[in-house]
Amino acid sequence: MNYDEKLQHVSVLGAAGKMGSGILLLTAVEMADLSLKPENKGKAFVLNAIDLSDQALAGVVAYLRAQVVKIAEKKAVLLRQFYADRNDLIENYDIIEQYVNDVLALVRPTTAMEVAYKSTLIFEAVSENKDLKVKIFKQIDQNNPNKPWYFTNTSSVPIHMIEGEAGLDGRVLGFHFYNPPAVQRLVELIVTEKTLPEVNQFALDYAKALGKVVVPSNDFAGFIGNGHFMRDALYGIKLAEELAKDHPFAEAVYMVNKVSQDFLVRPMGIFQLIDYVGIDVVQFIMKVMNPFLDDEDLHSDLLDKMMEMGVKGGQMSSGAQKDGFLKYEKGAVVAVFDTDQNEYSDVVNFASACEAALGALPNSFKPWKAAVRIKDKDSHFGPYFNDMKQMDSLGAQLALGYGKNSDAIGRKLLTDKVARSEQDVNTVMLTGFFHAFGPINNYFA
Amino acid sequence: MTAGYNTISMGTGRKEFNPKKERPGLDHYIKDAGQGVLKQIGGADKIDESVIGNFMSARFNKQAHLGGFAGAIDPKLEFKPSLSVEGACGSGGLSLITGIRSVLAETADTVLSIGVEVQNTVKAIYGADILAGAGWFDKRKHGHAYFFPGQFSDRAGVYYEKYGHEYARNGMRRWFVNAIENARLDPTAQEYHNSTPDLAVLYDKMTPNGKAFVDHLNVLDCSKVSDGASGIVVASEEGLQRMGIDKKDAVEVAGWAQLTRNITNDPPDPVELTTIKAAAAKAMEMAGITMDQVGTVETHDCFSIAGILAVEALGLAAPGKGAEYVAEGNTARNGKMPMNTTGGLIGWGHPTGGTGVHQAVTIWQQLTGKAGDAQITLSDDRPYGLTINMGGDDVTVVAIVYKRA
Repeated sequence: MNYDEKLQHVSVLGAAGKMGSGILLLTAVEMADLSLKPENKGKAFVLNAIDLSDQALAGVVAYLRAQVVKIAEKKAVLLRQFYADRNDLIENYDIIEQYVNDVLALVRPTTAMEVAYKSTLIFEAVSENKDLKVKIFKQIDQNNPNKPWYFTNTSSVPIHMIEGEAGLDGRVLGFHFYNPPAVQRLVELIVTEKTLPEVNQFALDYAKALGKVVVPSNDFAGFIGNGHFMRDALYGIKLAEELAKDHPFAEAVYMVNKVSQDFLVRPMGIFQLIDYVGIDVVQFIMKVMNPFLDDEDLHSDLLDKMMEMGVKGGQMSSGAQKDGFLKYEKGAVVAVFDTDQNEYSDVVNFASACEAALGALPNSFKPWKAAVRIKDKDSHFGPYFNDMKQMDSLGAQLALGYGKNSDAIGRKLLTDKVARSEQDVNTVMLTGFFHAFGPINNYFA
Repeated sequence: MTAGYNTISMGTGRKEFNPKKERPGLDHYIKDAGQGVLKQIGGADKIDESVIGNFMSARFNKQAHLGGFAGAIDPKLEFKPSLSVEGACGSGGLSLITGIRSVLAETADTVLSIGVEVQNTVKAIYGADILAGAGWFDKRKHGHAYFFPGQFSDRAGVYYEKYGHEYARNGMRRWFVNAIENARLDPTAQEYHNSTPDLAVLYDKMTPNGKAFVDHLNVLDCSKVSDGASGIVVASEEGLQRMGIDKKDAVEVAGWAQLTRNITNDPPDPVELTTIKAAAAKAMEMAGITMDQVGTVETHDCFSIAGILAVEALGLAAPGKGAEYVAEGNTARNGKMPMNTTGGLIGWGHPTGGTGVHQAVTIWQQLTGKAGDAQITLSDDRPYGLTINMGGDDVTVVAIVYKRA
C-alpha cells in the first residue's frame, strides 16, 4: 500500500477538539490534494471526523470551511493547475469554491466510532488518558481487518505502553503536533522499539507533505517538549512561591511571569503559557510523567490548589484565552489571581512597583518580536546576557537563574536519553514554543 | 483644465487603513473628489455636466450606474447631464476625453470629470478576477491566478531574455525606488507613510516566486490596490471666465489621442507598448511638439516593467535601453525627464478607474506650481506635460498633452 492508498481511508478520533480539529484540517487538505492528482481521479477518499458530541462536530465543519477557504486562497496558483481541465471553472472564485467543496466532501463527521473499522490510518487526539486511548485502539483493532496504523497525538504517555496494552505490535507511533496544529510547524515523532520501518517512513513523508519540522524524540514520558516545559513551569512556580515570602502572592506571580517573558525574551511569560496550555492539562501531564521519574518529583501543590478553586485557564472554542493565573482582556494581562484572597488582583495597582523592584532591562534588549528573527543567535544573546550579568538588579538575578535552569533541563533531556541531540532540544523549543534562543547555550555559564 | 483634487489613495501602506474595519464606499470618494473640485470654482452651478470614469464598481461594489451619483456630490448637479464611462484602467482618461469632446463640441463649457475606484472590498485573489475583466474573458481560463500581473510578468520575462535579467531588474528597482520616494512627498499618496530605510535592499530581498505569485515580478513591481478618486474640471476659455479662474491656475489641453487595440489579440510585440507609442505620437503631433519640449510625464506604471516599456514607447530611450535610462536616474524627480512625480500607480496608488484623472491632476499641479512638497522645477523651454493612461494590456490608451495656459 503506497502513500496515496494509505491516505484513502482515514479516521481522526477526537476530531472536534482543539488538536483534533487541526489534525483533521491538515489531513483533509492533504487528502484532497491527493484525490485531485490525475492518477487518483475516480478513487474515493474518506476522512472520518469522529467525536462524542454532534454539536461540537457541527462547529468543526464550520471551522474547517473557514480554514480551507483561507488555505485555498493562498494556493490559488496551484489550484488553477489542479483544475486546468475543468472548463466550467474559470475565475479564482470558481476554483476556490470548488476546492473547498472537494475538501469538505471527504470529511464525514460522526459520533459512531464503528466507521473507523474500515480505516487504514487512524489519528488519535482524545483526552490525555492512557487507559482511554488503549481502550479505543483495542476496540478498533479487534474490529478492523486492515491492520491499520495508529498515530497518537499524546504529548506525555509513553508509546510503548499504549502499543503493548492495546496489542498493536509495531503499528503505532507518537505523532505529536503542537497547538494549534494548522499553524505550529513542529511535530515530535516518537517510535517504539517495535515500530515498523514503513510506518515510520510514512510518518516522515506525511509530515513533509504538511510542511512540518520533525524532531525525533525517544519514547520517554513527556518527550522533549513537555520534558522541558513541565520542569521549566515547575521552576517558575517554585520561584514565585519563594518570592511570595517577601511579596504578596499576586505580585510574585506577576514578577516571575515578567522575568520569564521580558528578561528571557520569550513570546509569553511562564504563567501565561501555563494558562494557555491549561492549568488542568499541565497538572495532568505532570501526573502522567511523574511515575516515570526516579530522581525528581514533578508535582505542584499550587496547581492542585488552583484546580480546587476552579481556576483552570485553557482556551475558549473561539481561541480566546480563559482566565487562569492571569486574567486577560483582549489578550492583555489585566489582573493576577491571588490564592489568599481567592480573587483577581488588578495589575494596575502593583505593576510599577514590581517593575521598579525588578529593575530595568539591559540596554541591548530587543523585544521578542525582533529577537526571534535574528539568525545568528549568539551574536545578540551572548552580549545581552553578559550585560545582564553586570547588573545587580533582582530582575537580572532571577532571569539568569531561570536561564541557567532552563539550560540544565535541556541538558538533562540528553543525559536521560529523551533527546538524541542538543539541536533536537533547541529545535523543539525554538519551533514548538517559539523561544528566541535554544535552551542549551553558553549564555548562563 | 483646472481645479484638480485628489482624495487620499486608501489601502495597504496608509497608517489609517484597516482591512478588518468597515470603510467608506464609492459614494464617499465620489463626493469627496467632486466637492473638492467644486470648492475651488465657486460652486456646482458653474458646472454644465459631469462624467464619472470607473472600471468595475459593478463587481467591486455591486454598484453600476455611477452617472447617478453626480447629484449626490451637489444637488445643483442634479437634472444636468451626467454619465459614466468605462475603459478598464483607462476609464479615468476616458472621463477626461469625454469632457474634452463635450467642450470641443460646444455642448458644454465646464465639465466635471471624475475618476473613481473602491477596490479593497475583496481580497487580492478575488480582486484579480475582477481586474481580469480588462482582458478578454476567453483567455481567463488559461491565464494566471493573478491575471494582469501574469500578463506583465510574461512581458518582463521576454524583456529579461532579450536584454538581460540583471540589466532589466536594475531599471525596475530604480523605478520602484523613485515611485516610493516621490509618494513620500504627497500627503494623499498611499505610500506617503512609507519609511523603509533602504528601498533597494528591500526590493532585492523579494525575489519573484512563481509558486506564490508570478514568475518575473515581485509585489513591489506592482501598483497598489486602492480606494480613491480624483476630479478636475475640463473647461473652455469661457468656462474659465465663468468660474472666475485665472489662466495661470489652469492648464491648456494642447493635444490628445485615444486609441484602442483589438482586445481579442495578443499584443503584437511583448516588449513594446504599441498602442501607447501610437497614442503618444498622435497627441504630440496634434500639439505640434516633440518629447524635447515635454517637462514631465505621468505614465501608467501598473507594473514597473510598464514604466520601462513606456520610456521606450515615448522614444525617451531606444528599444531595450529603457531599463538603463531609468537606472541612470533620468526619470527621477531631479532627472532629465521627471516621471510620475507624486509616485504614480506604484507609489501614489492605483484606484483603477480613477488613475487617468489623478494623472491629469498631478500634471495640473506641477504646471501651475501647486504640487506642494512634490513640486519640481520646470524650465521655460519645456513647458509641456504629458499623461499616458492605459486600460488593459495596452488596449485602451488615452494620451494628453498639457501646457501652461
